[in-house]
Amino acid sequence: MATLEIRDLRVTVEADNATKEILKGVDLTVKQGETHAIMGPNGSGKSTLAYSLAGHPKYTVTGGTVTLDGEDVLAMSVDERARAGLFLAMQYPVEVPGVSVSNFLRTSATAVRGEAPKLRTWVKEVKEAMERLNMDPAFAERNVNEGFSGGEKKRHEILQLELLKPRVAILDETDSGLDVDALRVVSEGVNRVRETGEVGTLLITHYTRILRYIKPDYVHVFSGGRIVESGGAELADKLENEGYEAYAKHDVVDTKGGASA
Amino acid sequence: MAEAQNIPVGSTTAGQIAVAAESTVATRMSAPPSFDVQDFPVPHGREEEWRFTPLERLRGLHDGTAVATGEGVKVAVEAPEGVVVELVDRDDPRLGRAGTPVDRVAAQAYSAFEKAGVVTVPKETVLTEPIRIAVHGEGGVRYGHQLVELGAFAEAVVVIDHTGDAVLAANVEYILGDGAKLTVVSVQDWDDKAVHVAQHSALVGRDASFKSVVVTFGGDLVRLHPRVSYAGPGAEAELFGLYFTDAGQHQEHRLLVDHNTPHCKSNVAYKGALQGESAHAVWIGDVLIEAKAEGTDTYEMNRNLVLTDGARVDSVPNLEIETGEIVGAGHASATGRFDDEQLFYLMARGIPEQEARRLVVRGFFAELVQQIGVADIEERLLAKIETELEATV
Repeated sequence: MATLEIRDLRVTVEADNATKEILKGVDLTVKQGETHAIMGPNGSGKSTLAYSLAGHPKYTVTGGTVTLDGEDVLAMSVDERARAGLFLAMQYPVEVPGVSVSNFLRTSATAVRGEAPKLRTWVKEVKEAMERLNMDPAFAERNVNEGFSGGEKKRHEILQLELLKPRVAILDETDSGLDVDALRVVSEGVNRVRETGEVGTLLITHYTRILRYIKPDYVHVFSGGRIVESGGAELADKLENEGYEAYAKHDVVDTKGGASA
Repeated sequence: MAEAQNIPVGSTTAGQIAVAAESTVATRMSAPPSFDVQDFPVPHGREEEWRFTPLERLRGLHDGTAVATGEGVKVAVEAPEGVVVELVDRDDPRLGRAGTPVDRVAAQAYSAFEKAGVVTVPKETVLTEPIRIAVHGEGGVRYGHQLVELGAFAEAVVVIDHTGDAVLAANVEYILGDGAKLTVVSVQDWDDKAVHVAQHSALVGRDASFKSVVVTFGGDLVRLHPRVSYAGPGAEAELFGLYFTDAGQHQEHRLLVDHNTPHCKSNVAYKGALQGESAHAVWIGDVLIEAKAEGTDTYEMNRNLVLTDGARVDSVPNLEIETGEIVGAGHASATGRFDDEQLFYLMARGIPEQEARRLVVRGFFAELVQQIGVADIEERLLAKIETELEATV
């Protein structure tokens, strides 16, 4: 059973000629079939966690470990992590001019599966996945993310999630910028993948709205670069009613702790 | 008038649209066109037409010190039946009709060549196989002249393939009779040390179509000057170019389309990728619509993809319009870089780094590669792009 284990993860970023620690010791275990929601205010480091796990070069890991079934994820390059079964649905997917969606998807599936999918079954597979996400077939001939609306970009991310069948999916604010209809379509896509029971899901969000569609097994509150509280789905209800204010003081404590450390 | 700019990565040039009483395209040259090298002063590097070119790397082509070696550059012509292939003397009256040399090196080539190659496709002859002209350098210095002439309603594809190591200055003329169709693919696949400076002049007849595809990969310094003018209305010219500029290479493409005749069309599209320290690509796109050229329809475009730091692009579109009675005129130039975010996105989908770069560069060139229409050249080009991308920078 696939298990992602994050232990005492510390990450810094270079900004304005200074090194800033963003993640200050994150501990989290995500097992296959489980869904973990990570919630927290802006600037708490949620997205840094997502990008660090995927291996974005902007972030420097200064301490801790990340393993996937015991394999050292931090020692892997970005593409190796993806082929090992990590998937990051990005908050701001990148435009790639001159590369069509169909070419991109096939190249990516070939890389992740280790062999080129058979053309006939592949075309059908993509077509059906696109239909389920209410995507126009003409979409496949457009350039990756070029001129896509916010909703189209997110559907395209979930399309990849469905086709690449990762072992651990990290969804970074997939709900942001979506209207209710798009949110429903995208959530259904995520749920189809979850229902296979073969993926561990790390759902990063600022809002509780998406949790009405995607029911988490665990909810973690992220503040000041670490998880400050964990609980079941009921924790989301508490956040819905009370907001993040109760956790703001953790930031204060944390800053002091950091200064004296 | 035509201020050139060094374009920072990610920016777009505004270019020039001038409505001029006097042509800046003509006046900014340091001397009027001439067949005689003595009519041009030796350039010192600050002239408008030379200011991007590293003169010290021209191996003396510009100052009269490059002496032809007589051998060391071989030219072989392979033509299907029905085509007339000749080697003619300097005084052959068919030479020099498509255009006059516009700079000192072109005039030097015209003043110094010994024999000219002439390839003639008689009228109404439609070829199904390309004519192939192979120019292969074995370390020599050569001044060359080549004329390709198509009679009325003739149709042909010509591939001019440059390989090996040479110092070459040349004029190539294309003359298209009425209703003729000519596609020329000029491939610059030189070794690293080669120096190649050439003027390509096309004179496009009434209702004729001319398509030029320039593919530049190799050489230490390549400077090409494709030029088009029209001999009758209803003619069209398409000028496509692809270049892949590596570390230390200077590749310069200077185009001129002279709309000197009413109701003609032109379409210019050049794309280049650059990688490595001191890779330098220069693109000058001059389009002149003369007062008498009513009904002109023209568009020109240059795009550059910078793959690594240290590369430099100068892209200067220049559109000069002397009549408002036209169908359309436009231009665009943009230089962007293959950035780390694109790379991250593709790699985060399991695609290895080399493969990711390949995807993007192939996509960038795809629409132009499809324009070539000569299968073996298309394949070679794609293979070449792969090789370039695998080369360590």
